[in-house]
Amino acid sequence: MIQTLAFYLFASLVIGSAVMVIMARNPVHSVLWLILAFFNAAGLMVLVGAEFIAMLLVIVYVGAVAVLFLFVVMMLNIDFAEMRAGFIKNFPLGILVALILFLELFVGLVAYGAGGIQLGTPDGSAAARMGQSNIEAVGALLYGKYVFLFEVAGIILLVAMIGAIVLTHRQRPKGARGHQDIGKQIRRRPDDATVMKQPNIGKGVEL
Amino acid sequence: MNLDISLYFTAPEIGLTISGLLLLLVAAFGGDKTARMVTILSVSALFGAVAYTTNLLVNPAFELGGEAWAGIYRMDAFGSFAKILIYIAAIGCLIVTPRFFEENGGYRPEYAIVVLFSAVGMALMVSAVNLMTLYMGLELMSLSSYVLASFSRSDNRSAEAGLKYFVLGALASGILLYGMSLVYGFTGSTSYLGIRLALQDGLSMGATFGIVFMLAGFAFKIAAVPFHMWTPDVYEGAPTPVTAFFSTAPKVAAVAILTRISLDTFGENVIVWQQIVIFAALASIVVGALGAIGQTNIKRLLAYSSINNVGFILIGLAAATPAGASAVLVYLTIYVAMSLGAFVAVMMLKDAQGSQIENIASMAGMVREKPLLAWCIFFLMLSLAGIPPLFGFYGKFVVFQAAVQADMIILAAIGIAASVIGAFYYLKVCKIIMFDEPAGEVGGESSMANWTILLICSLVISPLGWILTSPLIALANRAANFLFFVI
Repeated sequence: MIQTLAFYLFASLVIGSAVMVIMARNPVHSVLWLILAFFNAAGLMVLVGAEFIAMLLVIVYVGAVAVLFLFVVMMLNIDFAEMRAGFIKNFPLGILVALILFLELFVGLVAYGAGGIQLGTPDGSAAARMGQSNIEAVGALLYGKYVFLFEVAGIILLVAMIGAIVLTHRQRPKGARGHQDIGKQIRRRPDDATVMKQPNIGKGVEL
Repeated sequence: MNLDISLYFTAPEIGLTISGLLLLLVAAFGGDKTARMVTILSVSALFGAVAYTTNLLVNPAFELGGEAWAGIYRMDAFGSFAKILIYIAAIGCLIVTPRFFEENGGYRPEYAIVVLFSAVGMALMVSAVNLMTLYMGLELMSLSSYVLASFSRSDNRSAEAGLKYFVLGALASGILLYGMSLVYGFTGSTSYLGIRLALQDGLSMGATFGIVFMLAGFAFKIAAVPFHMWTPDVYEGAPTPVTAFFSTAPKVAAVAILTRISLDTFGENVIVWQQIVIFAALASIVVGALGAIGQTNIKRLLAYSSINNVGFILIGLAAATPAGASAVLVYLTIYVAMSLGAFVAVMMLKDAQGSQIENIASMAGMVREKPLLAWCIFFLMLSLAGIPPLFGFYGKFVVFQAAVQADMIILAAIGIAASVIGAFYYLKVCKIIMFDEPAGEVGGESSMANWTILLICSLVISPLGWILTSPLIALANRAANFLFFVI
C-alpha cells in the first residue's frame, strides 16, 4: 500500500518537474527543476530495490548538473540582483518545497522498509541472488562476467580524452606568451612563491 | 567462461589495444616528431592482427568458431572475414597518411593511434553476439571517427565536417540505442541468440519498433538513403586520408554488423526488415546516381558514389539468402579496393606547388601530364561503374544474381537500370581527364607509398582480379553460412 502511494508520489513529481524544466523561463530555475527530477527518479529506483542505481543517479547526475549549472551561469547573462530581489517574497514557497522533499524522504524510507516493488522479469535468471546486496551483484557482473566490456568502456573514455586533447591542445613555441614548461612548473617550490611576513601593527607591508 | 579460450580468440583486439596504449606513451613523451614512426608501428601492429586473424580463419581447428567472454563475443568465419578486410583498409589508409599531413601540416602521432582504436572498435562490432558488445564497439568506432574528421585543425571545412558528423552521429547512436532498449525490453535478452529465440513465434508491436529504430541507426552508419545527408559534407571536409578511411573500414564494419543482425538475430522475422532494406537499397542507388551528376568536387562525387554502392550492397542483403550474404561480402571486398584506390588517387592530384586539387574541372586533360595516374583513375571509375571486364563488374554481378535467385527480379531490374544512370557521371570524369583540353594544373610528385597503394588497388580491380574470384567466393560462402544456422 505504502509502496504504491510512494510510487505515484515520486512518479508524478518526476513528470511534473520534467515539464517545469522546459517550461521555466529562467534557465537557473530549469536546472533546479532538473535536480528535483533526478532526486525523484532516484526515489523510484529505491522503491524497486535498486539502491545502488539510486545512489549513482544522485551522485553522478547531481554532480553533472552542478557543472551544467556553472555553464548556464557563465554562458548566459543572468541578472542575479533581480533574482535576489524576490527572495523574501518567495520564501514561503521555498519552505513548502523543502517540506514536500522532507515528506518524500520520509515516505520513501518507510516504503523501502516495507520491501521493494516486485517488477516482472521474463524468467528468474536475471533476478539478484538472495542475501546479496545490490552493489555486490553489480560488481560481480561488472568485474566478472562483463569484464571485457568494462575494459572496452575504459578505452572509449580514453579515446574521448585523446580526442579532446588533440583537437584543442596547442603547443606554444618557447618564449611566446602562454608557453608551458612542465619541468619548470614541477621544480617550483613553495619558498619561491610565498614569503612569510610579520607586519608591525599600524604599518603596511612592503612586497 | 574459459579465460584461455577467450583471450585466444580476442587476441587481435587485445594486442591492438595494447600497442595503441604503448604508442600513446611514445607519442606523449616523444612529441610530434614521432608521428611517422608511430604510424609505421601502427601499421605493423595491424599487419600482426591480420596475420593472427587469418590463422583463426583458415585453421581447421577453429572451423566451427567459438564464443568468448561468456557469450558476448563470437569468433567465426564471418567476423574474421570482415575483420581482415577492416584491418587491411586501415593499413592502406595509414600508409598513405604521412606524406599528406607532412605537406598540408598538422601531422600528429595521435592520428595513427586513434585509427588503431577505431579498428579495435570495428573488430568488436563485427564479432559481437550481444547488443552491449555491439554498442560498445560502435561507440569506440564513432568517437574515433569524429576526432579523425576534424583532425586538420587549421582547416575550417575539417572542423565543420567533424561537428556535423558528431552531432548527427550522436543522434543516430541515440536512435540505435533506443531501438536496442525496445528490443531488449520486449525480448528480455541482449544476446543475439536470446533475442532470436524470443522472436521465434511472431513479434510484438514494441519489438517491431525496436527493429525499425535499430535499422535506422545502422542506415546512418552505412550512409544509406534516407540517412545519407551527412556523407557529402563530411567526405568533402575531412582530410583526404580520413575520407579514404571513412569510405572503407567503418563502412565494412557497419554493413557486416547490419548483415549479421538482420540475418542472425532477426533471421526469423525477415518479413519485417526486408521491405525497409529494399527501400533503402533502391533509394540509395537512385539518390547516389542522381546526386553525383551535378557535383564539381571530386570528393563529393565519390561520396555520392559510395551512397550508390551501399545501395547495391543492400540488394544482396535484401535477398536474405546465404548467396545474398556471400554477395554482400564479395561486393564489400571489391568496394574496399575501388574506394581506397579512388581516394588515394584524389590524394595524388596536386598542382605544381603541391597543394591539393579537388575540382573536377582542374583535372581536365591530365592524361598528358600524368599518364599513369590518369589511367589508374580511368580504370577505377569504370570499375566503380561496373563495366566488364573490370573486377567491379563481378561485385554487381553476384549481388544481382543473388537477388534474381531469391525471386526479386523487379528489384534487380530497377537496380540495373539505375546503375546505368550512375555510369553517366563516372564516364563524365573519364571523358574530362582523357579527352578535354588540358587545364595544365595537375603536377607535383607523389610518394612511393601512395603509388604502391594505388597500383595494388588498380591491380585488384583490373581484369587480373578475376584470379581472386574462386578463393574469394569460397571464403565468402563459408563466412555467410555462419549466419544461417538452425536453432
